[in-house]
Amino acid sequence: MSTTELPSRNEVEDLLYKEAALLDEWRLDEWLELLTEDAVYEVPPTDVPEGDSRNTLFIIADDAVRIRSRVKQLLGKAAWSENPRSRTRRMIANVRVVAAVGENILVTANFAVHRMRYESVDTYIGHYDYKLVRKGNDLKIRERRAILDNEALRPHGKISFIL
Amino acid sequence: MDKSAENYIIDDQDAGLFRVNRRAFTDPECLHEERRRVFDKCWIYVGHESEVPHASDYRSRNVAGRPMILARGDDSVVRVLLNTCTHRGSLVCRQKSGNARTFQCPYHAWTYNSRGQLVGVPGEDSYSDAFKRDEMGLASPPQVDNYRGFIFACFDPAAQSLYDYLAGAREYLDLVADQSELGMKIVAGQQSYSARANWKLLVENSYDGYHGLPTHQRYFSFLNDIGIDFKNSNLTAPARQQAVDLGNGHAVVEYQSAWGRPIAHWVAPFGEHRKEHFEQLRRRFDERFGPERARRICETSRNLGIFPNLVINDIMAITVRTFYPVSPDYMEVNAWALAPADESAEDSALRLDNFLTFLGPGGFATPDDVEMLESCQRGFANREVGWSDISRGMKREHPSITDELQMRAFWRRWNQLMTEPQLRRARKAA
Ligand code: FES
Ligand SMILES: [Fe+2]
Repeated sequence: MSTTELPSRNEVEDLLYKEAALLDEWRLDEWLELLTEDAVYEVPPTDVPEGDSRNTLFIIADDAVRIRSRVKQLLGKAAWSENPRSRTRRMIANVRVVAAVGENILVTANFAVHRMRYESVDTYIGHYDYKLVRKGNDLKIRERRAILDNEALRPHGKISFIL
Repeated sequence: MDKSAENYIIDDQDAGLFRVNRRAFTDPECLHEERRRVFDKCWIYVGHESEVPHASDYRSRNVAGRPMILARGDDSVVRVLLNTCTHRGSLVCRQKSGNARTFQCPYHAWTYNSRGQLVGVPGEDSYSDAFKRDEMGLASPPQVDNYRGFIFACFDPAAQSLYDYLAGAREYLDLVADQSELGMKIVAGQQSYSARANWKLLVENSYDGYHGLPTHQRYFSFLNDIGIDFKNSNLTAPARQQAVDLGNGHAVVEYQSAWGRPIAHWVAPFGEHRKEHFEQLRRRFDERFGPERARRICETSRNLGIFPNLVINDIMAITVRTFYPVSPDYMEVNAWALAPADESAEDSALRLDNFLTFLGPGGFATPDDVEMLESCQRGFANREVGWSDISRGMKREHPSITDELQMRAFWRRWNQLMTEPQLRRARKAA
């Protein structure tokens, strides 16, 4: 049994809604502050949603270095797939605080992320699996995995923003 | 209408000018012709034998617009079966992959074995003697063949053999296949994506050395940030790079790698602890192939285009990528990672990491490629600007990888297929 106390759903929802707002508003430097130093961000392939990025080809499997580089690139001028930037709007729902394993707090939530660009609307549907940890008064994101229900990135073509 | 506007290409070798009519990217009639003259005539990549490793393994997928099954029979023979019931049409295999001794059609329960033979027909006594069950197995493309694990199908029974068709591309497939003594394998996980652009724009892009620095500056600044100094490695020095027309519309660019390669080309970001291991791998290549070929396999990168719609880029990892047009301005793309079957778990994880830094719909480069293709396609709406220019390096004795010889090799073959008289060929074949 883990001795980590589970946070309230309210507290977790506050964190996820804040994250969604920062990402939709492209305040990516502030978003990084929600992550732990060793955070991981992954999007598994649509045909192996339960895969392990060490032996399965993912769409995204960023370690801490690549997450920070991704943000730097997206905030620079040369990430052409996001320059001009997409508009995004995230709907986060069905938030559940599932369990504590060691110091990690497991959370899941459903998402629908709409991306608007060149007058097309593409919707990314799926759920997040989070590992959160308590740091002082705050909850921080140690791992976020966005698992798509879409069977292919069609017609989306790419995941060029942070899903 | 101006007669020249009717041609697909202008190929003026004396003047050194090569132009492609943008109608080739936008015209629904052209796509209709491509399906008949290109995709129904050429050898088309279906999959890799490692995707069905065991007897009775199968994978179903769309190839050249058709639902097919890549199936290893209970006799261990790999076949390509057309996924349609010979009774009245239903898909007989409706799972993406699995292992099955039979495929039973869900509609009226005809049953086929893993070799595609029809083995069960409910109420078979209601058929006349003219009904021959052994003629009613699942159909296959008229020609199916395998080159070093890569399986292709061809819908033209009169087409030349796969071996001849691949022509100069075989040498480059060998440089990939030779990376393991036990064979190569497709890694789990398929990247299934798309682009709102004509499929031939992705052909051009996949071996275009000219776009590397401008389109992918963000990738090169990432390399810089992790400590790879590519600015001093003179990538386009003639001795270290070449663009080659491989015949039959295939082409390749080959060049010294700016990045580390998980095969046996160590760079600092891979970590000091791996250096010795990489040197060991390299010595094994030296033993197997001698220093010159070992250097080529390990240190150079290759972007290979196999006509019409297969790309194998052996760069910071190996991607196998195939694509097919749904409409003139929209294509579906499937991509996989290829790796030595005997690679250690640790090396394989490093390879996949390296793959994702650049490649795929969430990588630091491919999304920008997709963006550029879509940007070109939107630009084509200006029908008044009727031609694209692909003349770069045309008068050079040895065009470089930042020239456009590769694309010209593709377009010349494509134009030949799209314009040669068809009826006469068909009669000759009959
Ligand atoms: S369509 Fe397959 S059994 Fe009738
Ligand atoms: Fe590119």
